[in-house]
Amino acid sequence: MRQIAFYGKGGIGKSTTSQNTLAAMAELGQRIMIVGCDPKADSTRLMLHSKAQTSVLQLAAELGAVEDVELEQVLQEGYRGVKCVESGGPEPGVGCAGRGIITAINFLEEEGAYEDLDFVSYDVLGDVVCGGFAMPIREGKAQEIYIVVSGEMMAMYAANNIARGVLKYAQSGGVRLGGLICNSRNTDKEVELIEELARRLNTQMIHFVPRDNVVQHAELRRMTVNEYAPDSKQAKEYAALADKIINNKNLTIPTPISMDELEELLIEFGILDSDEKYQEALAQEEAATV
Amino acid sequence: MTTVDDRKELIQEVLEAYPAKAKKLRSKHLDVHAEGESDCGAKSNKKSVPGVMTTRGCAFAGAKGVVYGPIKDMIHVSHGPVGCGYYSWAGRRNYYTGTTGVDSFGTMQFTSDFQERDIVFGGDKKLAKLIDEAEELFPLNQGTTIESECPVGLIGDDIEAVARAKAKETGKPVIPVRCEGFRGVSQSLGHHIANDTVRDWVLPKADDYRKLPEGFEPGPYDVNIIGDYNIGGDAWPSRKLLEAIGLRVLCHFSGDGTFNEVVMTPLAKINLIHCYRSMNYICRFMEEKYGIGWMEYNFFGPTQIAKSLRKIAEQFDDVIQAKVEEVITSHQARVDQIIAKYRPRLEGKTVMIMVGGLRPRHVIPAFEDLGMNVIGTGYEFGHGDDYKRTLEYVNDGTVIYDDVSGYEFEEFAKQLKPDLIASGVKEKYVFQKMAVPFRQMHSWDYSGPYHGYEGFEVFARDMDLAINNPTWGLVKTPWEQ
Repeated sequence: MRQIAFYGKGGIGKSTTSQNTLAAMAELGQRIMIVGCDPKADSTRLMLHSKAQTSVLQLAAELGAVEDVELEQVLQEGYRGVKCVESGGPEPGVGCAGRGIITAINFLEEEGAYEDLDFVSYDVLGDVVCGGFAMPIREGKAQEIYIVVSGEMMAMYAANNIARGVLKYAQSGGVRLGGLICNSRNTDKEVELIEELARRLNTQMIHFVPRDNVVQHAELRRMTVNEYAPDSKQAKEYAALADKIINNKNLTIPTPISMDELEELLIEFGILDSDEKYQEALAQEEAATV
Repeated sequence: MTTVDDRKELIQEVLEAYPAKAKKLRSKHLDVHAEGESDCGAKSNKKSVPGVMTTRGCAFAGAKGVVYGPIKDMIHVSHGPVGCGYYSWAGRRNYYTGTTGVDSFGTMQFTSDFQERDIVFGGDKKLAKLIDEAEELFPLNQGTTIESECPVGLIGDDIEAVARAKAKETGKPVIPVRCEGFRGVSQSLGHHIANDTVRDWVLPKADDYRKLPEGFEPGPYDVNIIGDYNIGGDAWPSRKLLEAIGLRVLCHFSGDGTFNEVVMTPLAKINLIHCYRSMNYICRFMEEKYGIGWMEYNFFGPTQIAKSLRKIAEQFDDVIQAKVEEVITSHQARVDQIIAKYRPRLEGKTVMIMVGGLRPRHVIPAFEDLGMNVIGTGYEFGHGDDYKRTLEYVNDGTVIYDDVSGYEFEEFAKQLKPDLIASGVKEKYVFQKMAVPFRQMHSWDYSGPYHGYEGFEVFARDMDLAINNPTWGLVKTPWEQ
């Protein structure tokens, strides 16, 4: 059994990318369980064709304690037999979502949810802001991390931060970086930029997923592309990514870069102006106002 | 070599055991007092050195255990997992009158008993429910304080919102206290935080909350006792003394005090403060806001009692001043008797003290009244102003140790061979096993009171019992037999 996790900046399309890819992996015969680690509990929506399933923590809160929850109550089978669990968590601005993830994952382990599987996939919220969100990459959990990224600066900034989290636990827990998945935003020189970022982080761009509206069409129907438009070009892209993940041998310890290096990289690719240009622009603006 | 030099050398010897960095840090907290120095030379109120045994507590202990806990008719909620509340149950021997469970709650324990789901989903709803339940079960409570434990601060619960809503609903004060234990370097910050909540949540509404006793008229001799926590009943002889000299004590804040007394405080002419460390903040605020002066006093031992009474009387007129002299004179015979009885048994005995934020200086004169010498003293959580105030109490050669570690204290005791160590429960058994007589100076070793003339008699008896107990001569280690 391999345990993998999808990380990336909030809104980058982690849940969409992961479910589409996992559906394609299931089509290739893999037995899969998805563990949603986002309080919004929307990591399994496309698999289950429903808004949100009963989450571990929601039920635990209703029943009084997580010990009162039975696995069957929270584990549902979705498209192509993919098992789905949502950790759930508090409403925004209350409590501790990070602790919730720790509680939910411990529950799944104790209840034996991890049996008879080829892949367990964790879908984790946004940035690794605290220890709780790092739970899936800590000892005995996910060994392969896939970072969903795009050519936008903040997405790359988050990717670098996540690489830092992976590095921290790479020594103690043996977690490795499996690659960057570029979920295209059609920015300039996106492929080259992400390939260069991957190289600096000592990893690979495992796949470039082009932008295609069919993804949104499928999502509106609460479906993966694999189910909604199995013959579409986009479905083939996810299938290709699925195949690459199944056969991925390029697992590395990342080498996160400094903020300065990241900015240099962006300047190099013309996304950010250099300091001199910035000063020039400022001077011009000042001159204009005077 | 002088005593000062000898003892400075001793400090150096003791410091030798530390690694370089710890040695450097700790060296700043240890000194020997030499006559004429303008401060005690000991750094204070700094983070304890990791790896040494410190006796310090946390901000929760300062707010709940010290400042708020003794207000007897309020419900003090230990908000968080059960341990902090459980281990601070029943307070610090803050005696009170009243019927526990009916109109007083001092020795009861209220906790929100956080479970995992309260961490994940937040504990605000549970807190609101707890306050409702307490209101139903104990309708005579005069309000609630919410003392935050660490997790509440970590998950960022909005206890202020709950406090506001519940105060509105019940018409009673509900005070949120952000005293998470990880804040600050010792319990001292908890005192400050608690004082600040009195400033922000209580005093602005004092006029609304206050219930004046029937026929109450403000008088020229109205005073408050601030920062006496009535440990072993200490505040009672203090109150009797103040009343004997003609003053009217409006409030005890907080030992044996009620919430109404807290909101009565602005009506007094002067705040008389016992524990400066834990309550100076609110006294300074009242001075600024209401123009109420404040002064410190010390009712340990007849010398300081007389001195303090005279100092207090100076704030008032001839009537009070005359009464002070009367009171002192009328107690003189009793004082002489006590001293005649105990001084011969205690003369020349040496003491090392280590307590919290006040007693390391305040009890020194009481020992001296009995002919004893204090050769070392230090605070658990005192600040620079405490050490400054210590100057007038200590002699040439007194060893000063701030936030003393278990190791340092033991080594100092081995070398200085005091006849008595006066410290806390964490030290007690270590020194008793070394066959050194010991008295607890936080809890008075389940005795007390020690304040006032009555207190001095109890104090003298207890010190005699400890030092002249024949047991100590019988303690032998197995390898010395």
